[in-house]
Amino acid sequence: MDLEPVKLQYATSRESTDIVHLEKSYGLFIDGKMVEPRSGAMFTSVNPATEEPLTQVAEAGSDDVDLAVAAARRAYEHGWRDLPGKERAKYVFRIARLLQERAREFAVLETIDGGKPIKESRDVDIPLAAAHFFYYAGWADKLGYAFPGRRPKPIGVAGQIIPWNFPLLMAAWKLAPALASGNTVVLKPAETTPLTALLLTEVLRDADLPPGVVNVLTGDGVAGAALVNHPGVDKIAFTGSTDVGKEIQRALAGTGKRLTLELGGKAANIVFEDAALDQAVEGVVNGIFFNQGHVCCAGSRLLLQEPIAEAFLDKLRSRMATLRVGDPLDKNTDVGAINSRQQLDKISSLVDAGVEEGAEMYQAPCPLPERGFWFRPTILTGVTPAHRVAQEEIFGPVLSVLTFRTPEEAVAKANNTRYGLSAGVWTEKGSKILWMADRLRAGVVWENTFNRFDPASPFGGFRESGFGREGGVQGLAPYLALEAIDA
Amino acid sequence: MPDGGRLDVRKTYKLFIGGEFPRSESGRAYEVDGVWASQASRKDVRDAVRAARSATGGWRAKTAYNRGQILYRIAEVLETRASELVAEGSTEEEVAAAVDRWVWYAGVTDKINAIFGTVNPVAGPYFDFTVAEPVGVVGVAAPDEPPLLGITSRLAPVLAGGSTAVVIASETHPRTAIALAEVIATSDVPGGVVNILTGHKAELLPWLASHLDVDSLDLTGAPDGMLTALEAAAADGVTRTVRAADPLGQSPYEVTAFMEMKTVWHPIGQ
Repeated sequence: MDLEPVKLQYATSRESTDIVHLEKSYGLFIDGKMVEPRSGAMFTSVNPATEEPLTQVAEAGSDDVDLAVAAARRAYEHGWRDLPGKERAKYVFRIARLLQERAREFAVLETIDGGKPIKESRDVDIPLAAAHFFYYAGWADKLGYAFPGRRPKPIGVAGQIIPWNFPLLMAAWKLAPALASGNTVVLKPAETTPLTALLLTEVLRDADLPPGVVNVLTGDGVAGAALVNHPGVDKIAFTGSTDVGKEIQRALAGTGKRLTLELGGKAANIVFEDAALDQAVEGVVNGIFFNQGHVCCAGSRLLLQEPIAEAFLDKLRSRMATLRVGDPLDKNTDVGAINSRQQLDKISSLVDAGVEEGAEMYQAPCPLPERGFWFRPTILTGVTPAHRVAQEEIFGPVLSVLTFRTPEEAVAKANNTRYGLSAGVWTEKGSKILWMADRLRAGVVWENTFNRFDPASPFGGFRESGFGREGGVQGLAPYLALEAIDA
Repeated sequence: MPDGGRLDVRKTYKLFIGGEFPRSESGRAYEVDGVWASQASRKDVRDAVRAARSATGGWRAKTAYNRGQILYRIAEVLETRASELVAEGSTEEEVAAAVDRWVWYAGVTDKINAIFGTVNPVAGPYFDFTVAEPVGVVGVAAPDEPPLLGITSRLAPVLAGGSTAVVIASETHPRTAIALAEVIATSDVPGGVVNILTGHKAELLPWLASHLDVDSLDLTGAPDGMLTALEAAAADGVTRTVRAADPLGQSPYEVTAFMEMKTVWHPIGQ
């Protein structure tokens, strides 16, 4: 007797937005106060899932950058630099605790401003942001133990420019080590996702962080460029595209300013025939569809060993058909909204190029909302290493699939990229795992897992994925000058 | 005819690329310090980078112990050739310091990850560790002074960290650089791991800095006036740039300046 498959009913479970209170407009956070921008310019922050305006945000100009850098300099020289580490630590611990207190509010705001699923902002972005502050707080009074034979000193004023894919988390990655190390900061959030950084300024005030220690300038690339080129800034930390990273590196040439870059990626996720395939399918789905694929370390190239390629793709397509794409506030949603119209256009044009070059496309058959920016989870098969979709970062829910026969070929194909941020390896054979990990030219290698992040674990790239590490003891180094202690 | 009836045999100072001593493909030489030295060209830079790239796999695959022994062998051979290096323009004290420097770096190869490697206590069931790995191909602008200790202080940490090098020698002391190349060529250093070009820094360094197959650039010995342009050229490939605070510094941090930190995650389970 054939059994009818059980028809599952789907009920939405929508997170309330009541917890979020948006102002009509926001100024710039300079010297501990919200101030009107000298530039006089404002822009609108839009919810990418509805295309509805959320609020007005100040667009900082070079005068505003001057004020913020001056405030940061004053705060550095008149207190923060010389504050005992244990007191600095307590400020940073306070920030962590206040973030935990208001975690749900931050999660909802992150989701409506950026389009990411609430289950990700609630379970990943916000808890990890708090964890970063908590982790680095503990370093503030232990810096003398971090670098053998060296006496660490803060650098001064750090200019920090962060992307739109993990807005609060990237702010935490930048702020926590800078503050713990005794530096002051001018932070510029991304143009499309400024709201959680603005809410963070309330946390900083509630923590009684001295004015000027952190300044937040919303705006676009104009503000970013002014910050990069400001003579009063001692260090730049940038996370974003490789093209902009190169511009910044060029702009800082010869200035002696310190620089760290966390740029693009085109990670290989490599599945061997002896992998636990069902686990690997989950890892591949997480690797490319987490946060709509707006992840610099996304596993955007799937390398399948030939004997299991077809079977694996069947499993993958079945799994993709179950992904829920849509309202980011729905707690069931797996894939949320594309962050902006501009990004949606970029994804679409690269996928079109892939199909034109001969790749075969499969898209998850999910319904999409009528308004907002959406892109179906997509895989492209029959991709060769020369195809644009095998080389260029798409930064969307698009997976390019290639095959290989031997471990040597897998390494060669995985390393055939100008990037080197991350890689994934799936096999049940331990010696092969470590053999691969040694040969993959990537700053982070996930073995039988993917997209794991932790404040204690350094993150950062090889090659054109940038330089410098965030997380761990290694993440302190970019914010410290290390003087030799006579041995 | 000299006194004693024997004419001395003079040395031709050539480039050192891929374990061999070719003249510049450009056929050029420049007169310096009483001899003619090869004047390398852009093409020689590219050949040297290719040789250095080809040598990366074998050099990084050697155990740290093995690399340490090879660096120690450089010290041994250099010690026996001390008088030659003095004849090329270094003082005895400087040669002794250079020998000791190779010995120091010979002993650091297998300590780097004991000092800088970490096991990271992540909040989850994962074994997570971070190790320093060679950056790959390093372009080195050798300092001019002192002739032997300068190039030694910048080259030894590159090799100790497992990377390969293309060195633009001091323009004024090519003889010392090539004498060192001859030491390296007889010290079990695989061909291509060290490549040394003599010639004009102003001509060669821009090509080296913008070469997309150079992973890191040591500008410690670059002329001050070229620094901005070289660092800007390095941005084309997000090439790391290093400028040591102390050109003659000696520490494990000189080694990690030419290394990348790699973090590996593995689940813990049954």
